[in-house]
Amino acid sequence: MSDPTVADTRRLNSKPQDLTDAYGPPSNFLEIDVYDPQTVGVGRNRFTTYEVRMRTNLPIFKLKDSIVRRRYSDFEWLKNELERDSKIVVPPLPGKALKRQLPFRGDEGIFEEAFIEERRVGLEQFINRIAGHPLAQNERCLHMFLQDESLDRNYIPGKVQPLGLTMGCGNDCFLLFSLALFPFSHLLFFH
Amino acid sequence: MSFFSFGQSAEIDVVLTDAETRKKAEHKTEDGKKDKYFLFYDGETVSGKINVTLKNPGKRLEHQGIKIEFVGQIELYYDRGNHHEFVSLVKDLARPGELTQSQTFDFEFTHVEKPYETYTGQNVKLRYFLRATVSRRLNDISKEMDIVVHTLSTYPELNSSIKMEVGIEDCLHIEFEYNKSKYHLKDVIVGKIYFLLVRIKIKHMEIDIIKRETTGTGPSVYHENDTIAKYEIMDGAPVRGESIPIRLFLAGYEMTPTMRDINKKFSVRYYLNLVLIDEEERRYFKQQEITLWRKGDVVRKSMSSQATIGAQRFEGSASSESSLCNDCTVRSLVSIAL
Repeated sequence: MSDPTVADTRRLNSKPQDLTDAYGPPSNFLEIDVYDPQTVGVGRNRFTTYEVRMRTNLPIFKLKDSIVRRRYSDFEWLKNELERDSKIVVPPLPGKALKRQLPFRGDEGIFEEAFIEERRVGLEQFINRIAGHPLAQNERCLHMFLQDESLDRNYIPGKVQPLGLTMGCGNDCFLLFSLALFPFSHLLFFH
Repeated sequence: MSFFSFGQSAEIDVVLTDAETRKKAEHKTEDGKKDKYFLFYDGETVSGKINVTLKNPGKRLEHQGIKIEFVGQIELYYDRGNHHEFVSLVKDLARPGELTQSQTFDFEFTHVEKPYETYTGQNVKLRYFLRATVSRRLNDISKEMDIVVHTLSTYPELNSSIKMEVGIEDCLHIEFEYNKSKYHLKDVIVGKIYFLLVRIKIKHMEIDIIKRETTGTGPSVYHENDTIAKYEIMDGAPVRGESIPIRLFLAGYEMTPTMRDINKKFSVRYYLNLVLIDEEERRYFKQQEITLWRKGDVVRKSMSSQATIGAQRFEGSASSESSLCNDCTVRSLVSIAL
């Protein structure tokens, strides 16, 4: 008979883990690379595009491997769409660098290699932060940005339904979390 | 709190009968200092004597009466003027007259009801004290002595575990379980977190204990939250089917028993907050209330008559009870004695 004044601290029983779950690929694989900057056009109509490649096994994305080309203003468009439609606090984009677009600079302005690299890093961080956010993952604008060849700016904003089967329980089994957004922002409650 | 009788003609001293034997308990005052006070339980008699010492032994002290009060009161910090007294006992020690020399007066408040625990919080405090007063025409001479009261409980008859499935649709589904819903202050929280679906990149998981002090009623309710503890239970990314154990010892934290709607003035409640943090520092959390209670110390000597009366006022019976939890063995528990 165990000493009644000392609490029982033995672990609670738990189901043993399935080995394919333990050693198989995790269900949260999501990687987006922003790379290969190319400057297209001539003279004052030049702009830089970046390759945006997403690899994932999340069921919500139709394509598990997609490559598209996007320019800075496309990223700005996505930011605006999300700020308007989704409940998330959208992270900042790397700067617009207006000063670099003024004439009579000594350097290449926004086509400087170092600047493009800095911007590339910022864009990569930006898109990864958003794509991993549960509240942004079902936004149509995000899917279009990542997986459609070109952006249709006249699209109808809305939500994407997840493909395939969701968890087999009815909605009343789940009590939803309160989800706190990017640091220092407001809490959001689902009911 | 006590008045210093500078410039007054007499000094009052309150001494308890059992000052030598009575246990003291530590209590943090409003300014954060920890002090020791005599510890009392509900139903115990408060007895002692007051010594009135004349500063100038030759001079007479005229007075309008000498009395001693036992007071239990609640003080809301935003409304300091109004003290809400829920216990107020008084004994007259001397009729109006005069003292020609220093004198001692005995007093006894028998089997005093002390329904609530002493509490000093962020916006409210509940205290018990003796106040001896020599009434005078212009200004009274007064001395207060604070005591600390603890409310004890026995093992609850019903103490079900808390088990729930929560999450965000298609992103994160977990089942959390805590072995009990009511824990005593030196208890251990034993639990587990089982991952059913993990589509986000979790970096680590922690359990926080949050104390919520609620004051005010109706539209002017105010909640003051305080994170008492943060305890990391997992470092790294879990996958489906993984079970993370929880073992959190409560004795190391400064907590009070759960206090619900004390005299309709305030509440002190405790919550376990399960927090998962992903690689982008997003926080996912689920709060769950737990009930905390104070267990009496086990005493192997025979109980004093005072303690017997005190024990009869506790929740539940004084005999041993069993407490069931899902995966633990049934065990019989020792009866509570002072």
